[in-house]
Amino acid sequence: MEKETNSFQFVEKPAVEEVDCDILILGGGMSGAGAAFEAVRWANPKGLKVVMVDKAAVERSGAVAQGLSAINTYIGDNDPMDYVRMVRSDLMGITREDLTWDLARVVDDSVDLFEEWGLPIWKKDAEGHSMDGIAARNAGLPSLKEGATPVRSGKWQIMINGESYKAIVAEVAKKSLELNKAATGMDENLYERVFCTRLLMDSNDSNRVAGAIGFSVRENKVFVFKANTVLNGSGGAVNVFRPRSVGEGMGRAWFPVWNSGSGYAMGIQAGAELTLMENRFVPMRFKDGYGPVGAWFLFFKAQATNAMGEDYCVKHADIIHEQFAPYDNPMGTNLRNHAAMIEMKAGNGPIMMHTDKAMAKLAETMDEKAIKHLEAEAWEDFLDMTIAQAGLWAANDVEPDKVPSELMPSEPYLLGSHAGCAGFWVSGPGDIPGAPEEWSWGYNRMSTVNGLFMSGDVVGASGHKFSSGSHAEGRIAGKSMVAWCLDNADYKPTVKESVDDLVAEMYAPLELYAKYNSYTTSPKNVDVNPNYISPRMLQFRLMKIMDEYVGGVSTWYVTSGTLLAEGLKKLDILKEDATRLAAADLHDLLRCWENNHRIWAAEAHARHINFREETRYPGYYYRGDFPVVDDENWKCFANSKYDLESNTWEHKKVPYVELVAAPTPA
Amino acid sequence: MPSFVITEKCDGCKGQEKTACMYICPHDLMTLDTERMKAHNQEPEQCWECYNCVKICPQQAIEVRAYADFAPLGASVIPLRGTDTIMWTVKFRNGTLKRFKFPINMRPDGITDPYAGMPEANFDDIKKPGFFNFAID
Repeated sequence: MEKETNSFQFVEKPAVEEVDCDILILGGGMSGAGAAFEAVRWANPKGLKVVMVDKAAVERSGAVAQGLSAINTYIGDNDPMDYVRMVRSDLMGITREDLTWDLARVVDDSVDLFEEWGLPIWKKDAEGHSMDGIAARNAGLPSLKEGATPVRSGKWQIMINGESYKAIVAEVAKKSLELNKAATGMDENLYERVFCTRLLMDSNDSNRVAGAIGFSVRENKVFVFKANTVLNGSGGAVNVFRPRSVGEGMGRAWFPVWNSGSGYAMGIQAGAELTLMENRFVPMRFKDGYGPVGAWFLFFKAQATNAMGEDYCVKHADIIHEQFAPYDNPMGTNLRNHAAMIEMKAGNGPIMMHTDKAMAKLAETMDEKAIKHLEAEAWEDFLDMTIAQAGLWAANDVEPDKVPSELMPSEPYLLGSHAGCAGFWVSGPGDIPGAPEEWSWGYNRMSTVNGLFMSGDVVGASGHKFSSGSHAEGRIAGKSMVAWCLDNADYKPTVKESVDDLVAEMYAPLELYAKYNSYTTSPKNVDVNPNYISPRMLQFRLMKIMDEYVGGVSTWYVTSGTLLAEGLKKLDILKEDATRLAAADLHDLLRCWENNHRIWAAEAHARHINFREETRYPGYYYRGDFPVVDDENWKCFANSKYDLESNTWEHKKVPYVELVAAPTPA
Repeated sequence: MPSFVITEKCDGCKGQEKTACMYICPHDLMTLDTERMKAHNQEPEQCWECYNCVKICPQQAIEVRAYADFAPLGASVIPLRGTDTIMWTVKFRNGTLKRFKFPINMRPDGITDPYAGMPEANFDDIKKPGFFNFAID
């Protein structure tokens, strides 16, 4: 097809505003909020300007926007080294232990602060009964920091009343930014409803970031942010694969539907090195609503079985041991998925979570009041973080104490903060014993691109951070970024790219729509036009390619070298067609760029799976042509780098180094 | 389920520059029809049912009807979010009602200075692990 260019003949050019700052934070989720809080404390005495950009409202943006019922990383009385062992074990033996160790030693400080900022955290009273955060305070129980006992739902998880978790953390981040604004005399330093499409590179140093460019979703305006250093904290990738629900339920992704892979796309195009981008997360959750199962498994002690009542993990322990030892001890998240999938493929579904039996067992030793309390705790788990699951139970007349509920492995997600580890290769702290020197290049959490830092979902090989760990990681990065600014105080960003070209590229979907829309009689909601593609249809095409060629739900997560080769060809053409995306308005323009970003995340994932010729994560995906774990050749990181100029990818193996000795805890 | 706006209750936030639901939706779904002065969810299949629009609406004009491609009709989950607690009313398809109340915020009056009472940053430690308020030995 002929290439379209935008010379603004059909739509008006947007106003372009330049914003100069020292530290630019992209994304106001947990890690961005942490970065703002930490960076401002260091930045203010030095007069450094901190700016945050979010495509939504920070009060409710990112993965915690809805709320959470637990904080999944709180070390407390545990040995931080056991945390490193757990993360390694759950990620099939390969993780950057320096990053995980670094996080384990600081993460509790963020949790302590959340409580100080108002987050109610469940406590145990003297008799060992659980109390909600406010009841505990009113009863005179101390805070976590003062030594209270949290209510553990698992070894690392603590229960919270987390409906307003993000709002509480965001309020502090926003206040911090206000203080920085006052200290530095900026007119504005929080840009909400601004979506960044690309990082800007320095004109004198091709491996140095100089800022980012984005557009307002509310007015015809483009922002050119110039900065000494940039934090990429813009989340994982959701609905890259075709989801199980393709009607309205497409929105009911397990991870937030707004996570569009932007962090991956922007970092890849800037040339930052990726690691373990082949990794993905396939959570086994309550079917369709994707409500959390962690509290049900760990706190209420519910069991999951096949339709015949058999515990599938016990049933298949021997064969899994035979195929995947030593990674079956303990059996990690993906291997438990694998065991369930054996049953599902044999027709032994549905897989059921026996909430009724668990509640009955707990109720045996309880009075009526305690049972009522227990029931409320079970519902709060959903109402805090997956309200849709509560709605689905109500719609199906499911009372969890009376009937069991079905479980289902979801479509795949790309992320690095939860139980996945796909993301960028970053510098470690540099002081962890045994860590190779080349894992640390001076600034903690800086990518291989100078001045470009990473946090949260886009940091690779460092999973199981969750909300608290992402906040703490943002703080680590925020502090490092101040150090970077002080060491590079004379730096003046000069942008390599032509801003005019970037603005034209950014607004091309609006121009295309205006140019061609009247060619057909279709109204907006049924837009069929041979000259362009709607962001919605582009996403359907992407999801179909990924599902059928890259191991989605329709192939039971199976792919292979030949399937990947075909899928990658189709992705290439999809990238061409992405230059024909059309937008009727600024909301559509947001969707165009989100889906453009999704393609980049998807392509990196496919290329990495292709490179790693083994099945490292059974239960998440399978290489049909290399169906086993191959430690001899593949117990290593798989890294890659994209070069924008030549449009080429380079892949390499990077040795894994164990820093924390076994034994792995049972 | 995707959120929907009850025509009779929505007042378009009385012609302010932006409605509360437009301000809060993490996925930019809520939009205002300025002729009717009524808001609506413009992409129901992109709705996460995070309920932020439901919770913030000053008119309680927004509710959620569960995803029609897998949820039977007839149930509802309705929150009433205050400053320190949230009340939930869960109505089952068969009419069963459950009510829950949970705490949400121990400092509903907010925080004026997040650094009050905390140490200043010590620049000797800037390249060491830890935070401005939390040193690692």
